[in-house]
Amino acid sequence: MAKQPVDYEALLSSIEASFPMVQILDKDGNIVNDDIMPELSDDELVELMRRMVWSRVLHDRSMALARQGRLGFYAPTMGQEASQLASHFAFKKQDWLYPGYRDVPQLIQHGLPVSQAFLWSRGHVEGNNYPDDLNAIPPQIIIGAQFIQGMGNAVGQKMAGKEDEVTFTYTGDGGSSQGDVYEGMNFAGRYKAPIVFFIQNNGYAISTPREKQSMATTLAQKAAAAGIPGVQVDGMDPLAVYAVTKQARDWAAAGNGPVLIETITSRFGPHSTSGDDPTRYREQESFDYWEQRDPLIRFRKFLEEKGLWTTEQEEELIEQTKEEIKQAAKEADQAPKMKISDFLKNMHKEPGQNIVEQIEKYEAKESK
Amino acid sequence: MANLTMIQAITEALDQEMARDEKVLIFGEDVGKNGGVFRATQGLFDKYGEDRVSDTPLAESGIGGMAFGLAVQGFRPVMEIQFFGFVFEVMDSIVGQMARTSYRMGGKMHLPAVVRSPFGGGVHTPEMHADSLEGLMAQSPGLKVVIPSNPYDAKGLLTSAIRDEDPVVFLEHMKLYRSFRDEVPEEQYTVPLGKANVAKEGSDVTVVAYGYMVREALKAAEQLEKDNVSVEVVDLRTVSPIDYETVVKSVEKTGRMVMVQEAQRMAGVGNTVISEVSQRAILSLEAPIGFVTSPDTVYPFGQAENVWLPNAKDITESIKETVEF
Repeated sequence: MAKQPVDYEALLSSIEASFPMVQILDKDGNIVNDDIMPELSDDELVELMRRMVWSRVLHDRSMALARQGRLGFYAPTMGQEASQLASHFAFKKQDWLYPGYRDVPQLIQHGLPVSQAFLWSRGHVEGNNYPDDLNAIPPQIIIGAQFIQGMGNAVGQKMAGKEDEVTFTYTGDGGSSQGDVYEGMNFAGRYKAPIVFFIQNNGYAISTPREKQSMATTLAQKAAAAGIPGVQVDGMDPLAVYAVTKQARDWAAAGNGPVLIETITSRFGPHSTSGDDPTRYREQESFDYWEQRDPLIRFRKFLEEKGLWTTEQEEELIEQTKEEIKQAAKEADQAPKMKISDFLKNMHKEPGQNIVEQIEKYEAKESK
Repeated sequence: MANLTMIQAITEALDQEMARDEKVLIFGEDVGKNGGVFRATQGLFDKYGEDRVSDTPLAESGIGGMAFGLAVQGFRPVMEIQFFGFVFEVMDSIVGQMARTSYRMGGKMHLPAVVRSPFGGGVHTPEMHADSLEGLMAQSPGLKVVIPSNPYDAKGLLTSAIRDEDPVVFLEHMKLYRSFRDEVPEEQYTVPLGKANVAKEGSDVTVVAYGYMVREALKAAEQLEKDNVSVEVVDLRTVSPIDYETVVKSVEKTGRMVMVQEAQRMAGVGNTVISEVSQRAILSLEAPIGFVTSPDTVYPFGQAENVWLPNAKDITESIKETVEF
C-alpha cells in the first residue's frame, strides 16, 4: 500500500507542542521559571497584589449587592484575578480597552469609577458616561463582537500614527467559538494592527465544558490560522500573565501586529447573578482542583516570602475596599431619574421628523 | 454640469469627500485596485492610496467591526457590503452596535459610519443579491436609511450621509447604476437626509415611491397624462426617518394616495407610510390607499424576476382604481 500523503497524527501533535503553557509561579508560589521573571519593583509587586485582592472584594461585595437587589446583571470574577488584573497591569493609560461583560475589574482599573460600573450593571445611562481620559467602550454583550471592534480600533490607532498605543480586548473560551473572534484576529493580522486579544479560558461557556467547544487542544493555536503569535499562559499565575502580556504589548506597539493570549483560568462561582447554579454542570472535584490554584494563594506566598505582604496588610485593604464599594453603591443611588425625552434626543445628532415629534410629546408628558 | 450615470455620481461624491476630509476611509471586498465590482470606487485606490482605500478579507462581519472601531478612533468609515443580501453576516455590527452607540453613550459619542451597498431586482443576479431589505434597516432605531432614485440625488445624499454624525445605510439600486444619465453639478453639494422630493407635480393622486420604483411611477404618471389623470410623484429618498410632512402635504392636496415599493407587501416601509398617512390625513382621503408591491414570497428565481417585480403597469392599474373609486 502506498504511503499516506500526510501524517495526520504527527501534524496534530506538532500543533499541540507549539503552544506550551507559560508559567513562572507554581500553585504553591514556587518560582519554576526564573528566566522569564518580569522586572517588577517591590512596589509594583505589592500594587499588583493589592489590585487582585481589591478585585476579590469587588466580586464578593457585588454578589452580595446583587442578592440584595442593589445590582443588576453582574458576571462573577472570583478565580480570574490574575488573568484580569495582571494582564491589565501591563497596559498603559493611553491604551484602549474593549472589554467583555466579565471584564469590569479591568475597566475600573483603567479609569471607570466604581459607582459608574454599578450604574452600568443596574441599567443606567450614566454608567456609560465615561471620563474623557478613559480609553474604553462599555462591556460588550454580544460575545465576540469586541474582537472585530477592537481590531477596527487598532487599525485606527495605526492609521492615526499613534505611537506606543495598543488596543486590548477580552473574551472567554465560549467566545473563542465565535466567527468574529477569527475575523478580528485575521483582519488585525492583515492590517498589522496593534492589538492584544485575550481568551480567558475558564473552562465553561456558561455550562458547556471546554472539551465540548472545540477539538483544538489549545485555544491559543487559533492564532496560527491567522498567522499571528498565540500564547498559552497559566492564568492563575499573575507573574506569567503579566510577563506574556507585556511581551505582547511591546510586540504590538513596535508595529509587528496582533497577538493572541489564552489564559488558563477558572471562575469559582456561577456564570452570572441571573440564577446560574454551577453545581448543575460542574463536579465538586473541579472546584477543589481550581481553588487550590487560586492566584491569591500563590501570589500571597510569593510576596510573604519576600517580606512584602502581611495578613494585617491584606485585612486592612479588604476593609478599605469594602468601604469604597459601599460609598460607590450609595453614590450610584444618587443618579438622576432617566427621561424618555433624553433617550430620544440621544438617538441622532440630527433627528428626523418622527424623533422631533416624539420629543415634544414626551417632554409634555414629563413636565406634568 | 456633467452628464453622469448614478454610479459615476457615486464615485464623484466619494472622491470629492475623500479630498475634502482626510478622515474618510473606504474599505470592503474588492474596492481597492479593482474599484469595486460595480466600479463605484474606480480610481480612488490610485488617487488616495492603500491606507485610505483598502481591500479587506472576505468577511462582512469583520468589515462592520472595523468600521465601528475606526469611527471610535475619529475616522469616517465608508464601508461597502458587496451586495446587500450579504447584510445578514454583519447585522450585529450595523443594527446591534453602530445603531445603538449614540443612545448607549448618552449622546456623548456618535458613530459616523456609512454602509454602502447595491441591491434591487431586474439585473439577473444569483440568489441573495437583489433582495429589498431596507425594511429591516428602517425598523432599527438609530439608523438612517437612504435610497437614491437618480444620479443627482445620489451624489448629494451620499455627501450628506458621509458628513452625518450617525450611522447611515446607503442603498444603491443596481438597475439605476447605468440605466440613464442626469445633469450633475461638478462641485460638491448636499441633498438633506430625511427630506422627500416631489419628483413630479400633479393634482389627482399622490404616488409615494422610493428607489427604482420612482422611475416606474414616473412612467405610469406619463402614461396617465393621456387619460387626463394628473399624478404627483413623491420620492421618499430617505426611508428612515421618513419625511411625513411632504407626503401628507401632497395627499392633502390630491386626496388620493398609492404607495409603491419593490419590496414584498410584508416588507419595505410602505406599511409604515400608509399607517402614518391614515393617522395624519384620513379626512383628506377620498379613496382607500393603494399599495403596489411584490408578493410575499422569497425573492424569486432569476428567470421569474420579470413576473414578480412590480412595474409601471401595476402602478397604473392601482392609480386608476384609486381615482375611479
